[in-house]
Parts: sequence; structure tokens; C-alpha cells
Amino acid sequence: MAKHTLIAYVEDVPGVLNRVASLFRRRNFNIDSLTVGGTDQPGVSRLTVVVDTTEAGARIVEANLYKLVNVLRVDDLTHKASLTRELGLVKVKVTPDTRAQILQLVDVFRARVVDVDEKTITAEVTGTPEKIAKFELILRPYGIAEMVRTGAVSMARGHEPVSSAPPQVRTVTDHAHDNSGISMSV
Amino acid sequence: MKKLTGAEIIWECLQKEGVDVVFGYPGGAILPTYDAMTKYPKIHHVLVRHEQGATHMADGYARASGKVGVAIATSGPGATNMVTGIATAMMDSSPIVCITGQVGSKAIGTDAFQETDVTGVTLPVTKHNYLVTKPGDIARAIREAFYIAKSGRPGPVLVDITKDAQQLTAEFDWEAAAPKLPGYRPNHRAPDSEFTRAAELINAAKRPLILAGQGIIKSGTTEEVLKLAKTAGIPITTTLLGIGAIPASSPLNLGMMGMHGESWVNEAIQQADLLIALGMRFDDRVTGNLKTYALNAKKIHVDIDPTEINKNVPVDVALIGDLREVLAEIQPQVKKADHADWWTTIKAARGDSAVRDIQTLPDNGHLYAAHVINDIWRLTQKRETIVVTDVGQHQMWEAQYFRHDEPRSLITSGGLGTMGFALPAAIGAKFACPDKDVWVVVGDGGFQMTSCELATAEQEGIKVNVAIINNSFLGMVRQWQEFFYDKRYAATPMTGPDFVKLAEAYRLSGLRCNQRSDVKATVTKTLADKKTVVIDFVVEKEDSVFPMVPAGADLDKMIRRPKQDVMLESGSDKEWEMPASPLPNVFTEKQVEAKALTGRGKSASARPAKKTAKSRR
Ligand SMILES: Cc1ncc(C[n+]2csc(CCOP(=O)(O)OP(=O)(O)O)c2C)c(N)n1
Repeated sequence: MAKHTLIAYVEDVPGVLNRVASLFRRRNFNIDSLTVGGTDQPGVSRLTVVVDTTEAGARIVEANLYKLVNVLRVDDLTHKASLTRELGLVKVKVTPDTRAQILQLVDVFRARVVDVDEKTITAEVTGTPEKIAKFELILRPYGIAEMVRTGAVSMARGHEPVSSAPPQVRTVTDHAHDNSGISMSV
Repeated sequence: MKKLTGAEIIWECLQKEGVDVVFGYPGGAILPTYDAMTKYPKIHHVLVRHEQGATHMADGYARASGKVGVAIATSGPGATNMVTGIATAMMDSSPIVCITGQVGSKAIGTDAFQETDVTGVTLPVTKHNYLVTKPGDIARAIREAFYIAKSGRPGPVLVDITKDAQQLTAEFDWEAAAPKLPGYRPNHRAPDSEFTRAAELINAAKRPLILAGQGIIKSGTTEEVLKLAKTAGIPITTTLLGIGAIPASSPLNLGMMGMHGESWVNEAIQQADLLIALGMRFDDRVTGNLKTYALNAKKIHVDIDPTEINKNVPVDVALIGDLREVLAEIQPQVKKADHADWWTTIKAARGDSAVRDIQTLPDNGHLYAAHVINDIWRLTQKRETIVVTDVGQHQMWEAQYFRHDEPRSLITSGGLGTMGFALPAAIGAKFACPDKDVWVVVGDGGFQMTSCELATAEQEGIKVNVAIINNSFLGMVRQWQEFFYDKRYAATPMTGPDFVKLAEAYRLSGLRCNQRSDVKATVTKTLADKKTVVIDFVVEKEDSVFPMVPAGADLDKMIRRPKQDVMLESGSDKEWEMPASPLPNVFTEKQVEAKALTGRGKSASARPAKKTAKSRR
């Protein structure tokens, strides 16, 4: 078992997220993190799904995602050079004694203070999920009042078609015998 | 461009898709569609008695004809009644399109009268589904639904249409409504290298075996598979849904594999050095314990659905694609072979187990389900017959004792195992094939789940022949209780109505048969009757299906019919008696899973004392 990062381009139609989530539920895969947002192409959304499974499990997930009619394309970034980012907002308790230390830590993590009052400091931190986890760990002894993470978003590095070419929207007739874009290593 | 109401657009689309019959049940939210139906007399509407029946009928129609079956229901309870039928079609890859009414688009989300989130409810049991709220979107949704249902791996698609979308008008433009499905890729083709690897494995194999699944029936490739098997000398075994894909009378066909398959077939699977799985999905009922399944064999898996590859059994070569194309590609690369040694081994194993055959037992006055089924087969051999079974012991006996030579001649709920399937599915099959005889083989339990559809058969003037295998038990569950739960028959003894009178109450014919010697006359009478006939075959109450792989056990560790050993030893053909308990009640499901149960040894050593069956009526 290991974390696998899958990217799915989906048609932006009602219920599509439900379909994706339902698939994971039905096939008994546990979603670690799932983020959705728009792309540069109208009508196309992009999901980053992190799922804890075996290599074979990842292939099954990928194949199942492809089976959803609204899914345009799937990429597995697990073994590719890729960028992964997550945003965290951490509200940490402060006292006059700890304020300076906390600000220093925020600085070390290249986080940004986005809100301050007499009892708390809220910092915004972006980075790999590991970095955010570390940030939380370091601040924990001071007392975390509230925290939220967005979940990971990922993208392949370089100028490979994965990131530069948005999925092509084609009509039924021209994808007879077309399995381009299917990277199933089965 | 013509402006039509949404309801009219629905019928226009169905007509254009070539639909000649739909199965449905009206209600408020689908009423506009029913009202518009009167303008489309070319499409015959069958009024069912329960929406589950409509989906099974559409499914039976689809399985018998290879075309798309259509079911219609109203919103809320009408639509939720369809769920079992949709799930059944999903598991067995049956192409059906369900059209349901939905509350008005403005009322969605308000818990309006008879509102249910039907696309939500059916999401995991449909291949795809739609919620349509505008009349202008109906045509495309229905066209896409048909295209999705029948392409690639077939399956059910549901289109939920709001009442206002049915009432309002829009331009009907069939051409413009052509499917636009940028993400849907039903057609796959494996890389050339995989074909070569597959052929190499086949040519190198010493003990190859073809596992024939329903994919052969769906792709219509019986001839092609037989040709491959003949060229390369490869024995074939079928799954339950693969029955009929290869003629039972073909010498290449060993019979059915799996939980209630032939023991020599399961042994052959365990000994094989190559499995060629064609359009089958390694369901747990055919593999038994996956940890010990066919460990000696390399595996080639041909399937149109990529998600089936490596799902249960890791394979060496995956050929994702249409079976017809795959076979055409492989055939020229396959060398001639006969595998004489392998066939000898299999035949030897078969000789060993041939005593399974309850058919060889002379009539002892008892009526055994297997006899009934085998006799029906013998008596109907000269006719074109489709058998539709329900789920339970009778289903397995049908698979074992009715010898199917034609594809689509056995229709059964394999994947979901849906009781209540048989009668409605048979009615659907009869609409698909009016010239064929349609037989329903059903348990007294399952029959009572959907027997209301007798009224549909009567109203439609449809003739199906219903053989109730009446053992006054939920037989298959009783068998498990007998084997694995110390014979505690919790909630499995079951009474039924007087089935003969029930048939008569529906203005149909009813017959009762409790003697083997009467089977012939009963069947003859049934065939002569123009109407649907219900036969109450009153059979042995506590007979069990043998052989059996206990759930989770190794495939070749089957429980055999104990009496068989006796017959072998004595070599005699003396009158067969039903043992009081075919097996000692020592197995719990846990135990079976824990220590690999050696079926043959156990049943032989634990042979019960001979006793005449006490449970005879
Ligand atoms: C809808 C449904 N409910 C429950 C079951 C579980 N089940 C499987 S076989 C069986 C018994 C079937 O009894 P009957 O219809 O009398 O047939 P028999 O096994 O006696 O031939 C049951 C209850 C099922 N398959 N389907």
C-alpha cells in the first residue's frame, strides 16, 4: 500500500463529483484527499485524487475512472516527476511570551500571517502535504485553535502533454477504436 | 423544425431506436408520457403488475434478443421499485434503458409528493444515468442512453425526466441529438504485442483450458471459439452465464465450472497450465478460494471491460477488446495441436465422477428436481426452447441437467442472483422470441416474489410454461443450513398457495405433478395448451445440489453426493434412496474456510446410514 496520485479531467456536469466519489465507495477504495477545480478549458474540471492502495489497485481505480462516462482523461502522477501543493490555514494560540517564537516559525516555513488578534495568530502555508503536516506538528505545542487543509492538487512537471494539452473533446464517431489517452498498464 | 412536447419526443426517440415493445407502469409524474403514447400505436406497451417486473421483462427481452429492452415507471416508488431489476441487469451486462418520471423541475429538492433522487439512488447500479429537466435535452439523453446501454460492455441506463420537461415543447431534431460523449470510450484494442504473447502461450501450453463466459454470447462468437478450441485441441468449460455459448453436445465442451460445476472441470482448472478466459470475469462463484485458484496456470484474459482485468485474478496477458476482433487476430497465429495426454487426464477424472448422475437412477416413486428438469429437456428437444430460471437450487439443477445447445437459450440472474427474476424475464423473452417456447424454471420461494406477473401474461395473451420446483423450502438456503448450520432450518420452511388454483384464479391453466411417471404427460399437456400454464412439480423436500464447493474453499475440494460413492463401490444400479442427511453436520462456514475441506474424503468417510427419505409428500 502506498499513496497514489491520480488526476482526472471530467466534464463539468451536475453530479459528476458524486459519480467519482461513489465509484471509490463502491469499489472499496479509501480516498485520502480529493480536490476539484476548473481548468483553462471551459466545461472541464480537474480532480486530484490521492488514494492509498497497491499498484494493482491504482490500475483498477484508473480503469474504473475511465469507465465513468463523464471522465475525459486520467493520469497517474505517482511515478512521474510532479508538483504537489496544498494550502493550510492554521490558527495557533499565542501569549505575549510565545508570539515572537511563533512568528519566527511562520517565517521559517515561509508561511504568511493572515490574521492576528490578542489570543491567536492565523498563518497560511502552502507546500507539499508533508510540509503542512510538519508545520502543524511544530505549532502543536503552542496549542492549535483551529486548522484547515485543502487537500492536495498535483500537476506533472515539464511540458509534457499531460499538463499542457487539455483533454480533447471529441464526438462519438471519431473515437471508434481510439484508446489514446488510456494509459492502463494492464 | 417540428415542435413537440417532451413526452412526444420520448416516443419519437424510442421509435427511431427501433423499439417495438416497452414494459411499464403509469403514475402522475410519467402521465404526460402515457398520454402521448396513444399517438404511437406502433410501440406496444405491456402493463406490468410491479415495476420490478418491468425491468426484468426488459432484461429478459434484451438477453433473448440481443437488443435493448425498455422499461418505464413513474417517479418515487415507481422508480425505486425498479432498482432490483436495474442492479440485476448491471451485474449481468444486460442492455436496458429505463425511463422514469420525475417531479416538476421547480419542485426538485423540496421533498415533493413522490419525489426521490432517482439518479442518486441508481447511480451505483447503472452504467450511466441522466436527470433531464428540459424538453430540449430529452432526445439527446435518450439517444445517448441507447448508445451507452448497448456499446462496449452493455448495461442499464436510466433517464429520469421531470414532468414539466414532458409537458413543455421543444424542437425535435434527431440528427442534432446525436450522442456527444467525449469521455466515453467503449472500444478498446489491445496492442499487437499482446496478441503475439497470447498466441505464444497457447502454442506452448500442454494443459490449456478455455473458460467460456457470457461475452461469447454477447459478441456472437460461438463458431470462432469452437474453431480456436478445435485447432489447438483445447477443452472448454463454461460459466453459468456462458451456458449455451458452446453447445452442450459439443465434445469440446466439458460442462460448467465453479461452485456447482462439474468436479472434473474444477480439477482440470486446478491442473491446467494455461487458462484462456473469454468474456468471463472470475466471479468468486467460479474461482473458489483465490489463494489456491489455478496456481499452475498462466492466464490470458479477454474482456471488453478494462476494469475486469486483474480485478480478482492476476493475469499474464490481457486482451482488452471485442472478442470477435481478438479471436480473429489470434486464430492465424495458433498452431494445430491435440493435447491427447491432457484430454486423457480429463477423461479419466470424468470417468471417476460420472456417477454423479442422478439420471441413471431408476424411478423409485420419488420426484427429484433434477429428474423434472432433465425430463423437460428430453421432452422439448425437438423444439426451440428458451429456459428462464430463477435463483436457488432449481437454477443449479437446470444448469446441470438441461443441456443447452444454443446461445441465448438459458436466461438466468447470475451476478446478482435475483429471486423473482424468472417469470417477468420470461415474459420479456417471449416478446423477443414469440416463435420459441419459453419455460420458466422457478422455486416456490422465488415464484411467490413476482407471481403477480401471471396477470400480465394473461392480459397480454402470452404463453410461458412455468415449472415450479416446489420443495416447500427456500431450498438453497436450507441446503446451506443443512451443511453449515447444523441443520437449523431457521426461516426456510415455506408454504405456498395452491399453485394450481392460483393459476386458475388468473384465468390460466394449472397442473400438478408429483410422480416422475407423470412428467411426460404433464409436459405434453402444457405444450398443447395455448395459454400460460403453471405446473406445480411437488419434489423431494430435502434434496441438495451436488457437487458443491463450499463458499471460500479451494475449487477442487468439492462436496460430492455421498450416495455416489456407494454406487461406485457396489457397482450396482439398485434402487436409489435419498439419504436422510447427505452430509454430517460438521461444517460451519468458518471451518470450511479455515481448513481446506477435502470434499471427496469427507463425504466418503462420513457417509450416512442409508435411509429412505422421510420427507415425502
Ligand atoms: C431477492 C432475493 N432474496 C433472497 C435471496 C437469497 N436466496 C438465494 S436462493 C434462496 C432460496 C430460493 O428458494 P426457492 O425460490 O424456493 O428455490 P429453491 O432453492 O428451493 O430451488 C434464497 C432465499 C435471493 N437470492 N434473492
